[in-house]
Amino acid sequence: MRLLIVEDDRDAADYLVKAFREVGHVADRAADGEEGLGLALEGQYDVLIVDRMLPKLDGLSLIGQLRAEGVETPVLILSALGQVDDRVKGLRAGGDDYLPKPYSFAELAARIEVLSRRRGGRNEETVYRVGDLELDRLSHRVSRGDDEIVLQPREFRLLEYLMKHAGQVVTRTMLLENVWDYHFDPQTNVIDVHMSRLRSKIDKGYARPLLHTVRGAGYVIRDAKS
Amino acid sequence: MTQRAETLRAAAARLVHVFRTTTFKLTLVYLAVFAVAVLFLLAYFAWNTNRLITEQIQETVDAEITGLTDQYRLSGIRRLVLVIQGRAQRPGSNLYLVTTFTGEALAGNVGSLSPGVLDRRGWVETAYRRLDEGEGAEHRALARVEQLPGGFRLLVGRDLDEREHLLDIVFSALRWLIGLLVVLGLAGGLFVTRRVLRRVDAMTGTTQTIMAGDLGGRLPIAGTGDEIDRLAGNLNTMLERIEVLMRGLKEVSDNIAHDLKTPLTRLRNRAEEALRSAKNEADYREALEATIDESDGLIRTFNALLMIARAESGQGREDMADVDAAEIVRGVADLYEPVADDRGLGIAIDAPTPVTVRGNRELISQALANLVDNAIKYADPGPPAVNGAPAPIEITVRGEGDRILLAVADHGPGIPPADRGRVVGRFVRLERSRSQPGSGLGLSLASAVAHLHGGELRLEDNKPGLRAVIELPRVGATSPPTP
Repeated sequence: MRLLIVEDDRDAADYLVKAFREVGHVADRAADGEEGLGLALEGQYDVLIVDRMLPKLDGLSLIGQLRAEGVETPVLILSALGQVDDRVKGLRAGGDDYLPKPYSFAELAARIEVLSRRRGGRNEETVYRVGDLELDRLSHRVSRGDDEIVLQPREFRLLEYLMKHAGQVVTRTMLLENVWDYHFDPQTNVIDVHMSRLRSKIDKGYARPLLHTVRGAGYVIRDAKS
Repeated sequence: MTQRAETLRAAAARLVHVFRTTTFKLTLVYLAVFAVAVLFLLAYFAWNTNRLITEQIQETVDAEITGLTDQYRLSGIRRLVLVIQGRAQRPGSNLYLVTTFTGEALAGNVGSLSPGVLDRRGWVETAYRRLDEGEGAEHRALARVEQLPGGFRLLVGRDLDEREHLLDIVFSALRWLIGLLVVLGLAGGLFVTRRVLRRVDAMTGTTQTIMAGDLGGRLPIAGTGDEIDRLAGNLNTMLERIEVLMRGLKEVSDNIAHDLKTPLTRLRNRAEEALRSAKNEADYREALEATIDESDGLIRTFNALLMIARAESGQGREDMADVDAAEIVRGVADLYEPVADDRGLGIAIDAPTPVTVRGNRELISQALANLVDNAIKYADPGPPAVNGAPAPIEITVRGEGDRILLAVADHGPGIPPADRGRVVGRFVRLERSRSQPGSGLGLSLASAVAHLHGGELRLEDNKPGLRAVIELPRVGATSPPTP
């Protein structure tokens, strides 16, 4: 994946470039808004990571100009401003995701992964399949092999989100945002409890587990064989 | 000598100070308006009196001329001369003169007139001298000259001294009045200005001590209930609020310093410990992971603090919309239900009908989540309860008058009444709760969110247990945010 990091803090940017390289991505860096806009306009990037407060041209204006030029590359906004209204402003300006600083790299990487595949997305599919697990989005039926699995509405939405991003790491915050539409930190490990319930319904008693915990990051649903 | 000059200069400065005040300027304006009014009144009086006197003179003179002309017509010039001679000898201010057509006086009491007066007919104002007076005596008179058949001329007039005297009286009254007005006005102005100035100066003095850092100062109130008292009262209320806020801010920053130092110290110790005693990679890894966990906790605390600060400063009001409180309750209950279940606590929701509140869904959800999180933590029955199954947590939404109550009730140990006011403060954790994980910010945030929405957080006895109520104004019922 080719990434552009527009960030004026040299240390933070270098850290990101290095970290992304370690997980196999190529990342360029722009130190201010104008340079970032120039690179974003000419380069072929899969995802842009844009800091909100930048010299010369601030992050939100950068995104605005980019969208005005017809460039639809997904953008993740990084910002020290982490309140709900800041986030709404960022998304309204044309950002696709918003991550407040300080963030964990695992969280950022997971979100970048999801953003990069958003285009191709599985939105049109009506049936998601992972191994022998099947989820029908229209009839709300879930089955594994020949067994019908009965899920509560909330469990269904959780599984739907996980299967939509099958093979990608999904963090707790992403689940909280996308399944419950909450952007606050619920303090207790509520998500883990939800996940263990879901796991007991879809994995318990089957030889091959599909729902995996990724340490320090979140969860992923995948068929280990494929 | 210099001391005296000094005092003089100080007095002058004080006077200049007085002249600059609004009250004094107002006094001057009033003074001017009043003077104009007096001027107008006296001018009107003088003009009308003048007119009245003139009319009176003209009436009597007209009557006399008619009478004298009749005499002349009936009995001829001789008779007229006789009559005039008779009248001219009477004391008074009447003037009579009869002349031949050449201007030779036949009878009367006029010694001399302004030249050319007798050649005209009708009314004329003229200077004159009486026959019995010496050269140099000059008076003014209003007279009428009539041509009699036969070329004789008759002049009847009245001295104007009376009229002039009256005008003199009016003008001198005017001078006195204006003088008095100015003196009284200035004195009154100075008096009022100094009175007001003294009170304003007292206020200024207080504000200066407040600016110097003593927030305990309050403006003096004279007790007269006038506008200055009202202003002082309002300012005092404002100062009260500022003092509370400042004290809160100080407390918060003290607490923050203290409560953030603790985890920071832990963080540092752990890193140091790892450097000193770690034997292998696994040890380092463990230490680093613990460090990350610890800093995540710090970040969480920071975020909560920022959120509370923002809610308290009123930010987030612009994002408010009509939201269904029952829906919020269901959402939060749904999020926490498995956790509660794991602890053997059921969550019962009583939110039958949609209840609309104007607010920020995210913030109200978080406030409620904090309350539910607390309920789950502290309602933990620990060893099996006497009567078997632990009591569930109840979340209710209901309207009460113009308020909406979101209540989270548990049957845990509750909070003693004495501590209920205190626990809402930042970082306040009761002794019993220190064993539980938490930042001590949950209730502060819930309270700040309630305030932001114009409501409040109430902690009540659930007998047994705690009933935490977020009270919000119902949509339509406008209520200002409570301070």
